[in-house]
Amino acid sequence: MRTSKTVPSYHCVVSKGEGERITLHVEGRMDVTTAAPMISELRLLLKNSPPLSLTVDLERVTYLDDFGVLVLVELKQILSRGNGNFYLTNAQGKVREILDLLKFPTLPESVATIRKVPSTIFVRLGEGTIGVISDMKYLISFLGAVCLALFFILFHPKSLRGEDTLSAMQRTGVDALPIVGLISFLLGLIMAFMSSVQLKQFGTNILVASLVALAMVRELGPIMTAIIVAGRSGSAFAAEIGTMKISEEVDALFTMGFDPTRFLVVPKIIATMIVVPLLTLFSNMFAISGGLIVGVLMLDLTANAYLAQTLHTLTLSDLLWGFFKSGVFAFLIAWIGCLRGFQVRGGASSVGHATTSAVVSGIFLIILSDAIFAVILQYWG
Amino acid sequence: MKQHVIIQVKNLIARFHEHIILDRISFEVYQGEILVIVGESGCGKSTLLKHLIGLYHPPSGQVLIEGEDITTCDEVEFQKVLRKIGVLYQGSALLSSMTLSENVALPIQEYTDLPHDSIDTMVKMKLTLVNLGGYEHYLPSEISGGMKKRAALARAMALNPTILFFDEPSAGLDPLSSAELDNLIITINRNLGTTMVIVTHELHSIFAVAHRVIMLDARAKGIIAEGNPHELRDKSTNPFVRQFFNRQLTHH
Repeated sequence: MRTSKTVPSYHCVVSKGEGERITLHVEGRMDVTTAAPMISELRLLLKNSPPLSLTVDLERVTYLDDFGVLVLVELKQILSRGNGNFYLTNAQGKVREILDLLKFPTLPESVATIRKVPSTIFVRLGEGTIGVISDMKYLISFLGAVCLALFFILFHPKSLRGEDTLSAMQRTGVDALPIVGLISFLLGLIMAFMSSVQLKQFGTNILVASLVALAMVRELGPIMTAIIVAGRSGSAFAAEIGTMKISEEVDALFTMGFDPTRFLVVPKIIATMIVVPLLTLFSNMFAISGGLIVGVLMLDLTANAYLAQTLHTLTLSDLLWGFFKSGVFAFLIAWIGCLRGFQVRGGASSVGHATTSAVVSGIFLIILSDAIFAVILQYWG
Repeated sequence: MKQHVIIQVKNLIARFHEHIILDRISFEVYQGEILVIVGESGCGKSTLLKHLIGLYHPPSGQVLIEGEDITTCDEVEFQKVLRKIGVLYQGSALLSSMTLSENVALPIQEYTDLPHDSIDTMVKMKLTLVNLGGYEHYLPSEISGGMKKRAALARAMALNPTILFFDEPSAGLDPLSSAELDNLIITINRNLGTTMVIVTHELHSIFAVAHRVIMLDARAKGIIAEGNPHELRDKSTNPFVRQFFNRQLTHH
């Protein structure tokens, strides 16, 4: 029996010898382009009846590279599965050199890998637990380092990196103002509009002003601002420090005698704690102006009456409470952002992970601390 | 014997903003040779390499790879040229989220129709060739600089390209790893006939691997010497070239 097939630049001729002994004559190139069709063709050919022995004649092979060797390795494997013998003949010149270079006689055994043992559920549970514990340890020690650094700056204000703090204030505060303003304005608009539908029925349109003012100043203003800052700046802190970590810049700072916490984290925390309360103030003003527009255009209120009602509703303590909360949120955002940055190990994907984690844990901490504040205020206020 | 020209650079200008780095340079690379581009830091070696692989577009001049001008050809033609070349970057540029075997398997999976298990075997053979057998499941961050270089070489030659480009292959390597990489370069060149274009200023490597060198100079903004490194060291008429290859300080 003779089978032959012509595909671009190779040609396989199989001649059956006595019994189950087959000789395969290969012609042409055995390279990256011919390897795939050759393998599928030969697999099909040998699938049903693996022969007792296979001899591959390489006399007419014009070019052989490691993809060609792969074809031979495949054949060898098929034969050894059926307990057959595999032989190569007429390998000369370059072909011989390539086979020697890749140590063909020892293939494929010599490339067999040590498989990674899949870990059992207990091992993974243990690893997970150890991971969480060491994460907690790092969290606490980082909090300690930040507090120490902040105290140090308190007593040595000159050692604060002023330029860095100012540029962080600009990036975190000034640059965030347009988006904070727009979102707060729309939020005020929506709140006023939704509440007016209900309050109109009782003829208490004027209370829309109180609702918007109280809700924004005490709760939504600080929270919305903090969430926007966590998304914009918390992630940026994590990415910046994380990238510095992989390019060994953090190590360089350390060996130059700088405390990385004091150098990188303190300016960011101080800047954030200054600008976030200010952003909150703007957020409140924009939201109230949003409510004012609804009040004037849809509820027949005068601007004067709306503002008078707003001022009448708000107390100084409401305002200060909101500021205090936003200051705490600011600390948490900057702290967790920097922490995630310092936790980066390895490569680019780790930076991405840290950035995501900075935003997610930032928002979680904001909501958690807000809940704690709500309880405190309940018993204290 | 007339050698076959595989890369031809004609009147290439390389510019960084308004500052011209290379002014109308022309040279050829012949099939199967190891060409080393040398020169002081800042003379435009790496810039030239990035022009050769199409990462930078020159303001004027041509770069022909196997007759195709990569500065003007369309996307489809350029993709075909890319299949013929492999690049070993200075920092290895292995994808950090993937293991070594995944890194090497990436081009093979994308551009061949080999069955899954054959790709596995192929990747192991490639890694064994660069002496990284057994490290298939390691991440780039878990191995040393020299190993990363070798893994990156395995990835660059995953599809047995006709031309391999190296950007400072011995940068950051110890002498032994560096010599090992040089040997690997020579072995691959000899056995697979791969044309190599290497940018380096490591004298040991230059003398070990180069068939021919091209020396660039920042002041001349172009090629100041070309030829066999040993001959340039001993017989160049340009004193600066002799000093470079003899590792002597220049006194201007």
